[in-house]
Order: sequence, then C-alpha cells, then structure tokens
Amino acid sequence: MSVMFVLLPVALLFAAGALVVFLWAVRAGQFDDLETPSVRILHDDD
Amino acid sequence: MPTTEPVAAPITAGAVACAHCGLAVPAAAVAAAAPRQFCCEGCRAVWAILHEHGLERYYALRGGTAPAPAPAVDRLYAELDDAGFQGRACRPAPGGLLSTELYLEGVHCGACVWLVEKLPGLVPGVAEARLDLSRSQARVVWDPREVPLSAIARRLGSLGYVPHPCRGQAEQAARRREDRAMLARIGVAGAVAANVMAIAFALYGGMLDGMEPEFAAFFRWLSLLLTVPSLIWGGGVFFRSAWAALSVRTLGMDLPISIGLLAGFVHGTVNTVRGTGEVYFDSVTALIFLLLSGRYLQRRQQRAAGDAAELAASLYPSSARLLEDGRAREVPLETLAPGVLVEVRAGDLVPADGVIVAGRSTVDLSLLSGESAPQEVRLGERVHAGTLNVASRLEVRVERTGEETRVGRLMALVEEHARRRAPIAQLADRISGRFVAVVLTLAAVTFALWARIDPSQALDHAAALLIVTCPCALGLATPLAVSAAIGQAARAGLLIKGGDVLEKLTRPGRMWLDKTGTLTEGRAALVRWHGDEGVKPLVAAAEAHSSHPLARAFLCALGEPPAGTRVEIQETHGGGVEARADGRRLVVGSPGFVIGRAGEPPAALAVAVGVLVGEGLTPVLVALDGQVVAAAGFGDPLRGDAGAALDRVRALGWRPGILSGDDARVARAAGERLGVPAPDCRGAVTPEDKLRAVLASAGEGPVVMVGDGVNDAAALAAATVGVAVAGGAEAALTAADVFVVRPGVGRIVDLLDGAGRTMRVVRRNLIFSLGYNVIGVALAMTGVLNPLVAAILMPLSSLTVILSSYRARTFGRPTTEARR
Repeated sequence: MSVMFVLLPVALLFAAGALVVFLWAVRAGQFDDLETPSVRILHDDD
Repeated sequence: MPTTEPVAAPITAGAVACAHCGLAVPAAAVAAAAPRQFCCEGCRAVWAILHEHGLERYYALRGGTAPAPAPAVDRLYAELDDAGFQGRACRPAPGGLLSTELYLEGVHCGACVWLVEKLPGLVPGVAEARLDLSRSQARVVWDPREVPLSAIARRLGSLGYVPHPCRGQAEQAARRREDRAMLARIGVAGAVAANVMAIAFALYGGMLDGMEPEFAAFFRWLSLLLTVPSLIWGGGVFFRSAWAALSVRTLGMDLPISIGLLAGFVHGTVNTVRGTGEVYFDSVTALIFLLLSGRYLQRRQQRAAGDAAELAASLYPSSARLLEDGRAREVPLETLAPGVLVEVRAGDLVPADGVIVAGRSTVDLSLLSGESAPQEVRLGERVHAGTLNVASRLEVRVERTGEETRVGRLMALVEEHARRRAPIAQLADRISGRFVAVVLTLAAVTFALWARIDPSQALDHAAALLIVTCPCALGLATPLAVSAAIGQAARAGLLIKGGDVLEKLTRPGRMWLDKTGTLTEGRAALVRWHGDEGVKPLVAAAEAHSSHPLARAFLCALGEPPAGTRVEIQETHGGGVEARADGRRLVVGSPGFVIGRAGEPPAALAVAVGVLVGEGLTPVLVALDGQVVAAAGFGDPLRGDAGAALDRVRALGWRPGILSGDDARVARAAGERLGVPAPDCRGAVTPEDKLRAVLASAGEGPVVMVGDGVNDAAALAAATVGVAVAGGAEAALTAADVFVVRPGVGRIVDLLDGAGRTMRVVRRNLIFSLGYNVIGVALAMTGVLNPLVAAILMPLSSLTVILSSYRARTFGRPTTEARR
C-alpha cells in the first residue's frame, strides 16, 4: 500500500497539469465570448 | 461555390418579397421586368455587394430569419480617421496593423457572423474581423497604409451593419481582466475541491474500516497543502470583502462566510499537526468553489444587462458635420467649438446649442423637453443639442457645446443624483448581522456545555458548529435567485442593471410616468376627423408630396393615395399646403392659413376646432374649392397597452402619476383616459420639476420613475428605481436601473410581477438554507456531527437552493418572447 505515497502525488501532478491548461485558456481569452463560436462552427466553407 | 437563391421570409399573400430582407415590396417599387425585387435602395445595394463577391450563401445560412431592411446610410465616417479618435480607440497590432472595436447595428444571427467575418475578402487591407454576437461588437484589424478605417466603416454600413465606435474601451478591458481573474480563481478552487474530496473519500473509508495511521496522516497533510492555495486565492475574495465591510462598520454576508472558512481551516490545521480529531478540508474547499461560482454567475447576468444598455447608448451619434467654405466634413463631437458652423440634415440630432443661420425646419423636442408637438424653427432662432431635426437641412452657428449645453447641464444633475442615492442593504445582508451574532453565541454555548461534559471535545464541537453554519446556501440564495431572474428578464426584453433593483420593487409606492413616448406613441397621429369623409383621398394625394411631420401622420392614417391622381402642390412653411388635384382646389393647413384662403368654416366645424384645441390637440382644416369641409385633430395617441398596464400597476398597490413636458391640458386628457386622478397629472413640467416631484415623493415609500428622454434623466437617477423605455435618449439609458428593450409600458407590469416572484424565490431559498443550518447546529451541539455528515449536508443545502433558483419562472416563458 505504500505505493500510495508515490501514486497520489503523481495523480495530483496530472490534476495540476489540467489546471495549468485551463488557466492558459482563460488567459488566452477562450472564455470571453461563449456565444459566437457556437454559430461560427456551422460555417464550413473555409 | 454554388449560387443559392435567396430564401425569402414568409410574407403576406399576393405581395412581392424583397430579395434581401424578405419584407413586402411596396407596389410603387415593384419593377415588373426585373428578376429580383427590392423594397428599398439599401437592400438592393447589399444584394449587389453580396452578389458581386459571391457571398449569396449568406441567404442560405440565415434561413428564415430575415434582417431588418438595410438602412441606406450616406455617412462618410470621416470622424473615425481623426488622429485623436484613433489614439483613443485603436491599438497597434503586429506588422504595423491597427485594431479597434466597433459596435454594429443589426447583427442578430449566425449569418451575420459569417458575413462580417468575410470582411477581409470585401475590403482589401482588412486583416481580420471577429464578431462577438452577444455584445454586437466586432474587432477589426486592418492596415492603415492600405485602407482608412472610414472606408471599412462605410462598407460595413453598406452591408446594413451600421458601425459605431465603442466607448469606454478601457473599462471594458478592465472588466475583461477581472472576469478572467475570477474564472481562474474558480478553476483553482474547483480543482482543489475535487482532489480534496477524493482524498476525503479515502479518509471516510478509513472511518468505517480503520486506516493505518501513517496513511491517515499523509492524506491529511496533503489535504492541508491543497487547501492553502484555494483558501488564499479563492477565499481571499470573501476575506477582503468582509474586512472592507467591517472597516466601514457594516456587516455583510461575507463575514459569516469568512468566519466559517477560517474556523474550518484553522481547526483542520491544528488537528492535522496534532494528528488527532477531525478535519473539514473537503467542506471548506467545496464551499469556496460553490460560492465563487455563484458570484461569477451573478456578475455575468448583470454584465449582460449593462452591456446591452451601453450598446444602445453607443448608437447615438458621436460626430457632427462641420461646415468649412461651404463644404461639410464629419468631425468628432468633442472637437466642436463655439463659433463654428455645422450642418444638421433632416433626420439628424442637433449636435450642439446654437442659432440657425440658414434654412427653416421642424424640430422634435420630445427627448429634451417632453413636448410631443414638433416645433417650427426658422432663421435666427435657437436650437438645442439633443433635439431631432425632422423636416429639412439647417445650418447652425454653434454657441455652446458639450457640458455647457442644456443637455450637458441636465447630465450634471443626473450624475449628482446618481451619486447621492444611498445603496440599500439587501435582505441577505440585513440578515447577516443577526446571523453572525446567533452563530457566535451558539458556538460559545456549545463550548461551555461540552466543557462540563468532556473538555477534550469542547473546542472540536464549537469549531464544527462554526463550519457547518458557514452560510454557503445562504450566500448563494440571493445571488442565484436574482441572477436567474435577471437572465430570464433579459430574454423577456427587460435589462436589469443591478440585483438590488428587484428587491426595491417589492414594496409598492409611487410610480411617476413620463407621457410623451412612454405612455404615448411619441409621434403625431390623426386622432379626430370631423366633416366630409370624401375628401380624404384628395388630402392624402396632396400630403404625399409634403415633408411636414403632420403630412406623414396624414398618410399613416389615410393610407397611400390612389395611383394616377395628378397633383400640383404649393407648400407654405408654417402654414399648410395648397394643391390642385383632379381639377379641384384643395387647401390643408392650420386654421389661420385655411381661413385666410377659404373663409370662415361652417358653425359645426368651428365648434369642432374649439373642442380639439380644448383637448390639447393640434387642429388642421381642410377646404375644397374655397369651402371649409373638414377639421382634423392631431395628437400623440396613447399606446394600446397603456390602460391595461396602469390598471395592473394600481392593482399591485402602486400609485401612478403622470409627469409631462407637454401642455397641462394634454397631460390631464391622457390621465383621464388612463384613470389617473387630475392632481397626479402634471403638465408643462421642466426636467428640474420632474426631479423635484421624484424627490418630494421619497417620503411616501419607494419611487419608480419611468421615462425615455433627456428631460427624465435626472428624475430617473434620483428615483429608487429608474426605468428607461426603448427609443429614448442616451442620457435616460445611462441614468436608469432598468432598460426596457421594447417600447411601451406593458413591460413595467412584467417587471413588477417578476420582481415579486423573484423575491418570493429568494425568501424560499433563505428559509431552505436556514433550515439546513438549524439541522447542522443541532447535530454539532449534540456532538454527532462529523466531516462525513457535514460533507453530505452542506452540498445538499446548496443543491436545493440552486434547483429552487433555476426551476423558478420569474419573468415568464422565454420562448414566447424573442430576444431583442
């Protein structure tokens, strides 16, 4: 069971990685406009 | 790309649909031989542009949702090329490009996004165009060496998206930064909460089956480490706000929240270090995450309302047409100085106070003074900023600009009263003081009781009580209910700028309503006709050639003249029209003008004119072949829904009254038909009088002011709740707390009803969450509370509040009312 002492920090590292990606997306303005992308995706000609 | 035929919106049978906007094409505009029909030149131009660039796909993309007919705007937007403007509103982009934000009128669907973002293909030199649909805001990046901004604006305008420069970009950027910071906090708090909860699950498993002490210690230390960033970064929001409230000697909901969070953290840290007792880190982190999410939702809803009002305000002109050597040039409004000459075309707002040096026209004062009848102005007379030039071109020598104008002085009053208005303590905040006192007392009692029974557990139980009573649900109760309601209200056409507005509307008081444009249509219409009905087609034929506002009212009421009538007319400014139609001689105009040409009217008509004047209507006489045959009365007709709306307002306990800039007789006549007692119908009031009326009623309870004009703005700002009605002036929008998107007073009733329903939801939420707290206190005092029970009880209470808020129908069914 002492593998826990390794596994848990590793799991937390993964979580931290996901958090970093989220923070990057927020900083990059990906959450500023939540409405327009939903209609923009329908324009498939370019 | 395949050429797609325009998809026309459904139209009335028999009529021809415009190939661009889908509206019926007026019979006169139908060109039988043409393959496509257009209702107006604006639509024809847009179609031609789209066709030329192979962009007909727009029509297929937009489906059945037809845009408004494209307005034909002949502005040059030269003020956008002004160096001062570009310095303020444009930012440099990589590669020597510039970037700016423009508000676009008339964007409403995905096809608009598609078309606007095709701008680089339409205008060489534009690098990128991105449209934010919810804000109607486009970010344009272009190369100033290749194309001026004004050319881009002209092209957008010619597509039917009339552009306006965005104001307050610095504030917008600041708010965006704040939004992002809040989202980042939520992300951190959420990640921490999820991981601490996962670790807590292991600990709960250990509670049942036993766990080796080194694992338990490891899990606890890890939870503690994870909690620290969430508490400092996420929870810091509540600590700072609680401290700020304390330092001005007030109590807010953030104080009990902070006490609960800190108690949980300190207690958990001490127990982790000591290695005994319970830890509540999972509850603490979940609390922070839920509370931050609630705040964010509330903020976004209020932001949406503020954005929409700001957008409407941005649509007001920011340029004037400066005359130099007889040529007009568009310049930013701020650069006008006293002494310069400006041109005011028909349909434009007058940009500054000044004296007419050329031209004569009719000016609509309704936004500035509330007078509904347009006023004739001629050489040497003064016109004021904010009034609308209706009839024909004027040249004006500017005397006063900006803050010196009549409008500017009124705006200073608005600001003064908006500042002076005291914020009311919200229900949840009023409760919080007592809440803190009760919770601290109960914790002390718990400690004292357990100190006698088992001193080793006293501190644990007291801390558990502080944690479990941390008012998560209570903190969410108001923001969630209010933000859900504001969201529903926005879909129903009511933009509410602050959450406290709904609370202020629950106790009935005095409601002052502006007449012109609010209770009435805000334009002259034919409301009475005495005498010969047979001359109506001839009158219509004669008036069809006049640009006078009353002539348009005639046409609205009498319909388009029969085709093929041969008419020659001669118009006398300020008098009327003389016409020769089908061989008969017709005179239509003011009584003096007509009597001077056709003699005294018959007795019956003379009496009719007297009655019209007595009712405050504008009389017009009609003479045929030298004989007065009919009298018409023009007035500003009441809106169809005004009567029913005021009945409902009264039924809810409010006392409506009318404040009108119009003549007292007109105000009383309107009041009589709406059932408002004569003493409460005040006519001929100045903006300052309106403000005084609102301030004087403050003793009778809450005061609601409903208005649309600059003349209402100061009163709107001073009232407990100011409601601006669509179609009004920028000043009214800025001063008001609520902005009604569609004209009319029917929405006011929806607002009052919705506010009542929202506050019932808030109260229900508060009762739910207090109920959960009572259970929590009972468990903590009896000593049976442990982290597992707390971890179940607290999210459950929050979930109840969330469901109760979002399931409630506060502002009607969104589906029945299209957005904007």
